[in-house]
Amino acid sequence: MLEEKQIEKIRFGLMSPETIRKLSVAKIMTADTYDDEGYPIERGLMDPRLGVIDPGLKCRTCGQKFGKCSGHFGHIELARPVIHIGFVKDIYMFLKSTCRECGRILLSDKELEAFRKKIGEAKDVNADKEVIIKDLVKEATKKKTSTVNNTCPHCGAVQKKVKLERPTTFMEENDKLTPSDIREWLEKISDDDMRLLGWDPDAARIEWTVLTVLPVAPVTVRPSITLESGIRSEDDLTHKLVDIIRINQRLRENIDAGAPHLIVEDLWELLQYHVTTYLDNEVAGIPPARHRSGRILKTLTQRLKGKEGRFRHNLSGKRVDFSSRTVISPDPYISINEIGVPVQIAKELTVPEKVTEQNIEELRKLILNGPNKHPGANYVIRRDGRKKRVTDEIKEIIAEELEVGFIVERHLRDGDIVLFNRQPSLHRLSIMAHRVKVMPYKTFRLNLCVCPPYGADFDGDEMNLHVPQTEEAQVEAETLMKVQQQIVSPRFGEPVIGAMQDYVSGAYILTKEGTVFTEEETEEMLYFAGIDKFPEEYMEKDGKRYYTGKEIFSLLIPDDMNLEYKAKICRKCEVCLKEKCPDDAYVVIKNGKLIHGVIDGATFKARSKSLFLSKLVRVYGTDTAREFIDKGTKLLLWALMKKGLTTGIDDADIPKEASERIERILKEGEKKVEKLIEVYERGELEPLPGRTTRETLESKIMQVLSEARDKAGEIAEKHLGMNRHAVIMARTGAKGNILDLTQIAASLGQMSVRGERLSRGYTERSLSHYKKGEMGAKSQGFVANSFKEGLNPREFFFHAMGGREGLVDTAVRTAQSGYMQRRLMNALQDVRVEYNGVVKDQERIVQFRYGEDGVDPSKSEYGKPVDIDWIIYKNLKSEAI
Amino acid sequence: MKEEKIIEKVDSVESLPLSIKNELKNKLIKVNRKQKLSEKIVKNIIDETVKQYEDSLVEPGEAVGTVAAQSIGEPGTQMTLSTFHYAGVAEMNVTLGLPRIIEIVDVRRIPSTPVMTVHLEEEYKNDPRKAKEIATRIEETKVKDITKKILMDVINMEVMLEFDQEILSKQNLTFEEVFKKIDALKKTKSVDKENMRIVLDPGNVSLMKLRKFMTRVKNIKLKGVKGIERALIRKEEEGYVIYTEGSNLTGVLKIKGVDYKRTTTNDIREIYSVLGIEAARNAIIKEITSVLEEQGLEVDQRHIMLLADQMTKNGELSSIGRHGLSGEKSSVLAKAAFEVTTAHLFEAGKSGAEDDLGGVTENVIVGQPIPVGTGIVKLAMKSFGKEE
Repeated sequence: MLEEKQIEKIRFGLMSPETIRKLSVAKIMTADTYDDEGYPIERGLMDPRLGVIDPGLKCRTCGQKFGKCSGHFGHIELARPVIHIGFVKDIYMFLKSTCRECGRILLSDKELEAFRKKIGEAKDVNADKEVIIKDLVKEATKKKTSTVNNTCPHCGAVQKKVKLERPTTFMEENDKLTPSDIREWLEKISDDDMRLLGWDPDAARIEWTVLTVLPVAPVTVRPSITLESGIRSEDDLTHKLVDIIRINQRLRENIDAGAPHLIVEDLWELLQYHVTTYLDNEVAGIPPARHRSGRILKTLTQRLKGKEGRFRHNLSGKRVDFSSRTVISPDPYISINEIGVPVQIAKELTVPEKVTEQNIEELRKLILNGPNKHPGANYVIRRDGRKKRVTDEIKEIIAEELEVGFIVERHLRDGDIVLFNRQPSLHRLSIMAHRVKVMPYKTFRLNLCVCPPYGADFDGDEMNLHVPQTEEAQVEAETLMKVQQQIVSPRFGEPVIGAMQDYVSGAYILTKEGTVFTEEETEEMLYFAGIDKFPEEYMEKDGKRYYTGKEIFSLLIPDDMNLEYKAKICRKCEVCLKEKCPDDAYVVIKNGKLIHGVIDGATFKARSKSLFLSKLVRVYGTDTAREFIDKGTKLLLWALMKKGLTTGIDDADIPKEASERIERILKEGEKKVEKLIEVYERGELEPLPGRTTRETLESKIMQVLSEARDKAGEIAEKHLGMNRHAVIMARTGAKGNILDLTQIAASLGQMSVRGERLSRGYTERSLSHYKKGEMGAKSQGFVANSFKEGLNPREFFFHAMGGREGLVDTAVRTAQSGYMQRRLMNALQDVRVEYNGVVKDQERIVQFRYGEDGVDPSKSEYGKPVDIDWIIYKNLKSEAI
Repeated sequence: MKEEKIIEKVDSVESLPLSIKNELKNKLIKVNRKQKLSEKIVKNIIDETVKQYEDSLVEPGEAVGTVAAQSIGEPGTQMTLSTFHYAGVAEMNVTLGLPRIIEIVDVRRIPSTPVMTVHLEEEYKNDPRKAKEIATRIEETKVKDITKKILMDVINMEVMLEFDQEILSKQNLTFEEVFKKIDALKKTKSVDKENMRIVLDPGNVSLMKLRKFMTRVKNIKLKGVKGIERALIRKEEEGYVIYTEGSNLTGVLKIKGVDYKRTTTNDIREIYSVLGIEAARNAIIKEITSVLEEQGLEVDQRHIMLLADQMTKNGELSSIGRHGLSGEKSSVLAKAAFEVTTAHLFEAGKSGAEDDLGGVTENVIVGQPIPVGTGIVKLAMKSFGKEE
């Protein structure tokens, strides 16, 4: 079926004038493109033999249609040779180091032999050949620069100094070397000498870089476009070629007419300019060629170079079919493996399915549905490769004709494997495989737990979807890239897929002491979550059965799991009371039952050192982990809906005495600062080692103020109990932290830019509201008020100053780290593990064993391949039984 | 089971790396002391350890390079940009965060903040006086650091220096020593030992020359190691440690009392030239790890190790980027796709270069499967049954 051709290698070289002529299908003579009727002129730049760019026409050379014919080269015979701008340096190197008479390198045969040996050896030890060549050129050039020993060791001719006047003029002492002279000179150079100077005469001879004939790119490379008004607009390259032909023509006419030397010289130089800019329009030292409108032309080099150039834009990154993009939105009801695809998109994207005896009836039904009804089909490919579009008009006929061996391009449907991606694709988790779930409405739906690896949120983010087209690709995507395979990140062996935000607070609310549900509630909750077990233990009160949240959550934990760890809400007391923790922050899971502790960020939040989740993946496998996440989040969703979670400004309320104390503390802080300033002004401040007194003062002030703020925060924190939902969010690791809350309740503290107090703005002061040279706390950005209290205008401005730094920082950082990652990627991308475990790139062995122990971090737990404690514990227990 | 037996049993397992073996031994012995383990259970535990270890090995073809690049690059977006931060010593500034990582992978000739950690030998490290003495010996002291006054007399075209006993004795210097060094310039006009004054006359010079002369005088090195601007001592668990601003490994290692085995610098190039390529590799790993750690970002050691190994694979330090590893690539297309496209193409043309399409970029460009991951699998179908 598919013809498998492999490119083994690509050899590079330069085209000789003969090759260019041989390759050419048309000699281009006239600068005109189209005649009055709009037909391309023969021997013009749009000669029909150069290829087709109009649909419907056939190529005069190969007879193929538009799109099939890739175009054919033409050529221009230059009236006089010109220098190729890309090889000026090489030409200069040759002119400097070879004899003007005989063309040999200006070194004796003995010396040359020595260099030849050196270069040969360099290949063996992988040393830099360039350096040796540079030495050779330096040695040879001595003959041209010295006045004594300045004859060719081969023919004895006296050498003159050659100079390069950028960009393209060569001078021999004070005489100009014309490109014709240069070409003649370079032709004399022998193959062996060329090899010594780093050229391979089999691939390219140096005189070819003095152009006598110019290849004309096929029209397919420089298509002209017809505007709506009917006016043709030519490509930049065509414009440039027109210039070249015009000048070339004029030059030829003038030479033929025997025009004065000066005029010929001028035209020659003009031709050189046009050819130079045709090749590269950003050469230093000459003005860039412009379009009539003044726009700088994009010529050959510009087409290849840079981010938008051919290489990076079209070759390293390609546009693909079978892809789509739309806004994303959350759906907590679908699995992490799934992705909600809008019907509209599902009807557009197709999967080719081969017709077999088993599926022919099913596929026939799809064809009968046509392209506009969802589980339908868009195309049928017959055995001879002919493709037929399924339309509502002929769908019955096509269904009738369907035979085994045909291929049906059917609509995307539930269960298909697709790749899902969000830019920037910083790591491999930015593209994962999902199972399709076709849904109404127009957005992609994804489970909230997969947001962290993608870095996605729903404030308008868009994501891309790609449909693998072959069975091989589909299977590969499913086994290697499916979301559940990616729960553990390769970066650190840490789970990156897991609960976030409200799920975390929900887990706390569900599993904290005192949360109970009636039997009916429990039944409903478990049904909703899809859990088919029921807690065994219950409490009886007033004849009713009550189930604790811990009991219910335990249903999700594998039966033989045993684990002890500290929850996120742990206050890190000096002596841990373990099971007797007053905050219930010590988690004990015994035989799959949650005995003590609450479930919060430390248990199953993504990217939070969650011991539980990583154990789950490692010991019980990804299927169990996926099930836990899917069912667990649904369970929490229901619990949250029942119990409620909300926050408001009153979550930051603190009693009046407390706010008065905070105010006092902050005032004291400010007073201390004033005292410090006084001491400083009296010149009595003892400087810290290596600092000036001013710097010492600054750091002391910062210290005093941050202490004051911390104390104020502590006071506020005392009043922020776990009965406030905002506090639950902060302490469980769901969102925000206590510091944010104290900023709301107590005080914002010191604003800073570049780690220093705000001192810039006006001369010697931050704002015009203060005296020059004032150093007090308030004048340099200390915000004593809290968000709840409200900021005064000056404080507000200071706060904005601090905020702005953050924004600028982010912008600069993304650019910098992006470039670094590109470079890292380029340096490391070819490194892979071989079958024998050796890590190699193209050139050489990098490591004998990957990471010295051969362990894949994504298969480890936080970098450790084996949890010996767990194994010992498990074995001891199994023996006890 | 007897402890020796356990050790013997664990040691007999070949496939485990040493670190896991040691951990296993220690833990088994510890448990064994509490409750005697049977032979069977020890065997089970060892077997399971081996199995778990083998389950976590990398698979052939794994694109470990790409994963390493992503793992180091991705947290870059989360790093701070603020160049200066306070490291272990509050009085010293060290470049950290993203700029420092970039500096390391660039193998910058001189890091923006060269810093050394000087450990001391046994008899010095617990004595603050001795430690301080070494610190002053390391610290480069110039004339400008110890003068009380330094004046330029533009009328007489002279430079006047005045010293102070207090400052001098702090630096363990005497006026005679200082004078000897300054006198080496042979421009002394007069010395007033009583008031510790030296007047220098550079001869008949212009004002500009006089200024230059003054800076020269100011920068006369009196003692210490060249390039070490400051040396601070700090008490740490192991004893006193000296931190320096400025780096000169060769110079500092020569000082008596310095523990040359543990003294390091953050200048990777210097480590390479003094201690060799393996040391440079370890320094890269150590530096990147400490920067990431300081930022609270965790990246597996294996990724950083791979990066360091790649940078040092040629036996010399290669930077990441077009002047280093990317420029040395064998593939023309890969080089052209990275940076300076046309230059690489011209170079390839003249030397008749061949691209044998062994890497990732090249194959993406020509539209073939890439030779990593499942792309390295070559299936050859063996025909069986009837031959056609």
